Amino acid sequence: MSASTSLKTGRGRAGAYFKRLMWPLIVLAALLIVNVAVTGFDFLIPDVHDDRLSGAFVNILRRAAPLLLIALGMTLVIATKGIDLSVGAVYAIGAAIACQYLMSRDQSSIGAVVFAVALALAIAAVIGAWNGTMVAYFGVQPIVATLILMIAGRGIAQLITGGHIPTVGDTSPFVELGRGAIGTVPVPIWIAAAVFAALVLLTRTTALGMLLESVGGNPEASRLAGVRSKGITILVYLITGACAGLAGILGAANLGSADANNGGLWIELDAILAVVIGGTALIGGRFFLVGTTIGVVIIGTLEVTIINVGLSSQWQFTAKAIVVFIVAMLQSPEFRAWVLRPFRSRRARRSPAEPTPEPAPEKAPVT
Amino acid sequence: MSDEPIVQMRGITKDFTGVRALDGVDLTLRPGEIHAVMGENGAGKSTLIKVLTGVHSPDAGRILLGGEPVRFHSPGHAQAGGISTVYQEVNLTENLSVAENLFAGREPRLGPFINFRAMRRRAAALMSDIGVDINVAAPLSSYSIATQQLVAIARAVDIDAKVLILDEPTSSLDRDEVAVLLRVMRRLADSGCALVFISHFLDQVYEICDRMTVLRNGSLVGEWATAELPESELIGHMLGREVEALDAIERRASESAPEGGTPLLSAEGLGRKGSIAPFDLDIREGEVVGLAGLLGSGRTEAARLIAGADRHDAGHLAFDGRQVSGHNPRTAAARGIGFCPENRKTEGLVGELSVAENMILAMQASRGWARAIPPARRAELVDEFIAKLDIRPADPDLPVANLSGGNQQKVLLARWMLIAPRLLILDEPTRGIDVGAKADIQRLVAELSAEGMAVLFISAELEEVTRLSDRIAVLRDRELIDVLHEESDMTTERIVDTIVSRGGAE
Repeated sequence: MSASTSLKTGRGRAGAYFKRLMWPLIVLAALLIVNVAVTGFDFLIPDVHDDRLSGAFVNILRRAAPLLLIALGMTLVIATKGIDLSVGAVYAIGAAIACQYLMSRDQSSIGAVVFAVALALAIAAVIGAWNGTMVAYFGVQPIVATLILMIAGRGIAQLITGGHIPTVGDTSPFVELGRGAIGTVPVPIWIAAAVFAALVLLTRTTALGMLLESVGGNPEASRLAGVRSKGITILVYLITGACAGLAGILGAANLGSADANNGGLWIELDAILAVVIGGTALIGGRFFLVGTTIGVVIIGTLEVTIINVGLSSQWQFTAKAIVVFIVAMLQSPEFRAWVLRPFRSRRARRSPAEPTPEPAPEKAPVT
Repeated sequence: MSDEPIVQMRGITKDFTGVRALDGVDLTLRPGEIHAVMGENGAGKSTLIKVLTGVHSPDAGRILLGGEPVRFHSPGHAQAGGISTVYQEVNLTENLSVAENLFAGREPRLGPFINFRAMRRRAAALMSDIGVDINVAAPLSSYSIATQQLVAIARAVDIDAKVLILDEPTSSLDRDEVAVLLRVMRRLADSGCALVFISHFLDQVYEICDRMTVLRNGSLVGEWATAELPESELIGHMLGREVEALDAIERRASESAPEGGTPLLSAEGLGRKGSIAPFDLDIREGEVVGLAGLLGSGRTEAARLIAGADRHDAGHLAFDGRQVSGHNPRTAAARGIGFCPENRKTEGLVGELSVAENMILAMQASRGWARAIPPARRAELVDEFIAKLDIRPADPDLPVANLSGGNQQKVLLARWMLIAPRLLILDEPTRGIDVGAKADIQRLVAELSAEGMAVLFISAELEEVTRLSDRIAVLRDRELIDVLHEESDMTTERIVDTIVSRGGAE
């Protein structure tokens, strides 16, 4: 009995997963095909130059790493019915703290770099926990609670840098976080992959994922079942804050400087976009870290595609909007039913006796 | 009063995914009459009204409007046929004026412009027609809910309504406002309109209605002229006296309930302002205590206080001989109190999650997120309870929203049975579910109490309460008025008498 159940479990889970991921994957495949058609297979296949991978697609992944970190955290927050608008500002704060600290220290010392990174991460996590506390304990709407730091955060970053742009020299080990490679693979890709794996393990081998989905899917039912939603909520905002701080560190390491005004500007919107493209609904509940990853790669590939197909860079926002529109439409059951109706009805007429397990939600005959 | 009926509904049947919401129900409306549709929660009142107003289409039966068979496909279609509805929540735009609300979408025009002068004049005439003189140029939000409701009624009447349905219009009104509303209703009836009045305030029904149709469990109990049906008989009809064809699940007091000793749970002066007056109640191990009363009597509110779902602001609660402080769902679960709330969809289940996940939710919540139930153990538990409760389809990975009501209820029961609670609180566990699942759940309650679990059981159906309970607490008007404990008292008649007699004494 339990053997057959676990078999079914595997199939049921995978089936549901595949359904959600199918459309984003199709869109990604289409984008890749367009690029390969225009620029040839070199687009996908990486070369090895100076002991490191290079090539268009590897660059896309490397540049998308900060966005992926933020989008992964955002996925967990959105699963709880929340949202975190402050991630771009926290990105700037993380970058500012790390660079400003290194400005006044021995930049070539490994110890100083490790301390700078740890300090930036810790403060970013504290900011995330603060957001979570406002949402969980004081009942502030997530969009309002995080809007405060979205606005104030860049000001804080400016206070940290004193209005200047602190720089870190090219010889510092710090910049390796953004530009280096380990075993030919760029460091940002390693870091993003490690965070992805850690979050998947954290949510799916513990009960955190299920409880997040339960709190986001039906807060009142979760409360009555005894779920401690406050602690869970603070935890996910904390994770998101830390992810945003880490993203800022990677960005600053790549540039060798921290720009409090423009670092990570509008990245919160791209992150939300990636989450939605990946199949996680903004109303909370089920979440898909793999889907979010696909969403991030789509966004990264799209920016390159616009240039590759010869459109001017002014097209960037419009093209992005069009792709988002397409993904959103493909994910809408109403739209799919409308498009597929001519085919469906013919099939239904052919086999009217097919016993379909109707997923009709129970309409309770309430009086 | 014996005019040709304007509306005749005959043999109306409606199914929702395996649950029969209406089973061959008749309703006859005559011009100039106010007709009450009476029944408890889940009796089928709303469904019947929604069939009449075109929201649902019936699976069987026919509707005659003025003698002609009709089929309404949408509320707009029904409205065009002269059937209008005014709901409890006013369906108007608050920031527009009364006149604009009255004529929204059909404004009197002067070329391309709205003729505000004519609109105000006609609006004032319309309101004074129903006996309400107000400034129609003022925004709707400047008037009370009662007046807003009257505006909604005036609008419905002006769109040539032959039939006007009022669904719980008085539940948020005070006494004087109710009087005005009832006066307007009588006036409309006198002008030849047929009115349907749905309300759980029996005194208002008796004051205003000419006839009533009583539903129970989706079936027609009968139609009576108000004057011929005393209140006690009406309550009896609504709550049900005949023993149904369910398995006779007989469990009787005394055989399982030990008298005396410390009760497992004891509430002393437990209450919450605006929800339930302070009450005393003891529940012993192995005992089933029923809560009986009409809708709105406070039975749910009492259960929620005991479950920790709502915070009490008066009295004390003792569990297992110890005073309880800081009562909330989590601490209650830790003590061994399980609570299946009244509305399983909004307060019980997480629809998107699977059957298995919903089942283990309370157990996992008590362990905390870091200690997941091992997958093998989890599969074993879920399979065991799916088999034990006969949950169908027996697929643990199906989203729980796809299950029928009865199976959803079983999933909810399994969630609490997994943590082996000492007290299980069931609020309307059998509402809106099919007869088979109902019998299963009743049998389960009997078994659990035989094993020593205490159960607090709420149901709108009295025969169910009397069949299962060792003692029955009777509520009326948000007050616990009596606890019946003699075996001879475990009858629906006795409960109805208790409700009626206390009501009369006030």
